[in-house]
Amino acid sequence: MAKHETPLLDQLESGPWPSFVSDMKQEAESRAKNANNVDFQVPVDVVDDLMGILELSFKDGTTHWKHGGIVGVFGYGGGVIGRYCDQPEKFPGVAHFHTMRVNQPSGKFYTTDYLKKLCDLWEFRGSGLTNMHGSTGDIILLGTVTKQLEEVFFELTHNFNQDLGGSGSNLRTPSDCIGQARCEYACYDTQDLCHTLTLDYQDELHRPAFPYKFKFKFDGCPNCCVASIARSDMSFIGTWKDEIRIDQDAVKAYVAGEIRPNAGGHQGRDWGPFDIQKEVIGLCPTECMRYENGKLEINNKECTRCMHCINTMPRALRPGKQTGCSILCGAKAPILDGAQMGSLLVPFVEVNKESGYQEIKDVIEAVWDYWMEEGKNRERLGELMKRQGFQKLLEATGIPAMPQHVQEPRHNPYIFWKEEEVEGGWERDVVEYRKNHLR
Amino acid sequence: MAFISSGYDPENPMKDRITDIGPRHYSEFYPPVIKENKGKWLYHELLSPGVTVHVSETGDEVYTVKVGGARLMSVTLIREICEIADKHCDGYVRWTTRNNVEFMVDSKDKVQPLVNDLESRKFAGGSYKFPVGGTGAGITNIVHTQGWIHCHTPATDASGPVKATMDVLFDDFKDMRLPAHLRVSLACCLNMCGAVHCSDIAILGFHRKPPMVDHEYLDKMCEIPLAISACPTAAIKPKKVEVDGKTLNSVEVNQNRCMFCGNCYTMCPCLPLSDKEGDGIVIMVGGKVSNRISAPKFSKVAVAFLPNEAPRWGQTTAMIKNIVDVYAADARKYERLGEWAERIGWERFFDKTGIEFTHHLIDDFRDPAYYTWRQTTQFKF
Repeated sequence: MAKHETPLLDQLESGPWPSFVSDMKQEAESRAKNANNVDFQVPVDVVDDLMGILELSFKDGTTHWKHGGIVGVFGYGGGVIGRYCDQPEKFPGVAHFHTMRVNQPSGKFYTTDYLKKLCDLWEFRGSGLTNMHGSTGDIILLGTVTKQLEEVFFELTHNFNQDLGGSGSNLRTPSDCIGQARCEYACYDTQDLCHTLTLDYQDELHRPAFPYKFKFKFDGCPNCCVASIARSDMSFIGTWKDEIRIDQDAVKAYVAGEIRPNAGGHQGRDWGPFDIQKEVIGLCPTECMRYENGKLEINNKECTRCMHCINTMPRALRPGKQTGCSILCGAKAPILDGAQMGSLLVPFVEVNKESGYQEIKDVIEAVWDYWMEEGKNRERLGELMKRQGFQKLLEATGIPAMPQHVQEPRHNPYIFWKEEEVEGGWERDVVEYRKNHLR
Repeated sequence: MAFISSGYDPENPMKDRITDIGPRHYSEFYPPVIKENKGKWLYHELLSPGVTVHVSETGDEVYTVKVGGARLMSVTLIREICEIADKHCDGYVRWTTRNNVEFMVDSKDKVQPLVNDLESRKFAGGSYKFPVGGTGAGITNIVHTQGWIHCHTPATDASGPVKATMDVLFDDFKDMRLPAHLRVSLACCLNMCGAVHCSDIAILGFHRKPPMVDHEYLDKMCEIPLAISACPTAAIKPKKVEVDGKTLNSVEVNQNRCMFCGNCYTMCPCLPLSDKEGDGIVIMVGGKVSNRISAPKFSKVAVAFLPNEAPRWGQTTAMIKNIVDVYAADARKYERLGEWAERIGWERFFDKTGIEFTHHLIDDFRDPAYYTWRQTTQFKF
């Protein structure tokens, strides 16, 4: 017998897509039954009360969660989101319902041993509900009481060799695409760069010292599967400088209809036979390809590496061998001054495991120094860039201006010349001037 | 419910304390076929919706079966995922950026038993637990935020509208009939923890009533200067108010200047703005993050407001289904939704989808607004 009537939520049990309501119900039942005699450290009916308060929100169209209180684990300024409900008497099981962010492994591969242990811990010391995963990338352990925060942290660090992720005005948990682990497009080892920088910047991740949040994301190629270009303050996107590798026999096989284009991604509809002129050559944004006499030619110097031809014929074309990444800065969601896409700062840098990625870290640390010096409270890097201009970011990072930095040159001539750029400087003698220019 | 210690001593928090160890090393969790072929993959192919093979230069193959699901997940369900992974995948499993779960096997004969097992499992309520799909030119899982389940600023729920939308789009999760892949995202307020602003279709929670001012408690619970400076339109200013004969420090909101961002509420709990009639959903369309063919694009507002209709958000899901179907019928192969809308022109987009164009859809927010007006005589009647 359910603790609360949930007629609105119940309507979300039907339909084919996996129902979170059904899942919550099975968790509520599992806790009530407690077949394994778990000595629950948070109320046994926590999930019932969560469904109860969600039903109330469905009914009255508003949230019932209050602002986060200041809770956390000793010495860290992030990783825990305090949460209290505004109807504690009706739903005591979720009166205190704090979230813990657990730093996911790069690539989000898991062994079942690890996951089962984590499930045991969270059933025992939390609600038994998670998000796999949060938007930023962490494993989200959803809902526990204040007293359990240190206990969970102690268990994670001692028994799981596992740390918390970021929240607040600090480095947020970095995340990456699947990369070279299982993708032929990846131009660098996203998992290793993500993991290495996460470890190197643990202090920045756990102890808020920034004007506001700061996100890193790592995409192995310009397809941008983790959307780094749209949602990270610094976005690292794999790219290459040399020639797209062509297997001419495989190109012929695509043309002959022996291999399905787009890796079979269009198989749900009959689009007619593959037409390389129309589907590849004609859609190339730089018109740098041609197919004549059974041979595909690419003028690589004019290629902007959009990935379309490679995505369409993955068995015939591969990114080049001289690989690295581009670094873009300042992406963010609309709050406050409108959405921003990442702007290109470093067109190409080698992703050099041997150096411990020092070339990349030099850029990161120069950007941080600038932002921490100039950024206002709650000002994202992108907003600072807009307020002060892209040229300030170039000055701060010592990167020379180049045409790759802009879509087009400026529309106005209001250039803020610096004194040292103008011959003879700005100090002049008005008395001398007046000798030739009467008042 | 007796308290059981982990070993942590609250009197002595630094004793045996371990900090700053970061996440587990990714390589601990690679299945053998991944570990041995990392960086050696040659190509991939989608065998059927949800099933992909990757082929390595060593000759090894890995078959990935992708299943969708709710990102809100119980430990009971995760244990079931583990049971499946133990049975079919030697104890390895992976999640994607878009909340899908991937089961990997190293030979083709292991695929069908795995798929059959996954598709056979249903919740007591009748929905699939592990529907296979979400690949290629179709619709994959919706990335989303917390909504009413756990957040203090949402203007809509997240899990509810996502479930309702994916039920409506389920056929396209199981198919690859679209001109290109189509990404749907949801953020429950314009803070956009879900970064939905570059999605083919974005479902965005939005408030429409300015904050109320809880004068009696404001100065006790808030830093007034922070609340004032949080407002992007300078709509909040300090004000002295009389409450029960006492003069209190508080603030005044210039309601006509409010853009309903809720940033003040984030800084000050005494400025709540959520409201049953005021809150609802904005539909944005035509964004993308990939650099394929055209540059990444922001989503544009196509529908200024739809009400929150729990539990199934009928108008919202019908609108989304309409946009998907019109796009599917009209766009060219490889064309993303935003590329299609730009090619045919946005005036045609509104024609073809039958969506009413209202003044709300003309940008009047700061600098970027001007660049969205039409500065040419080229347009379609």
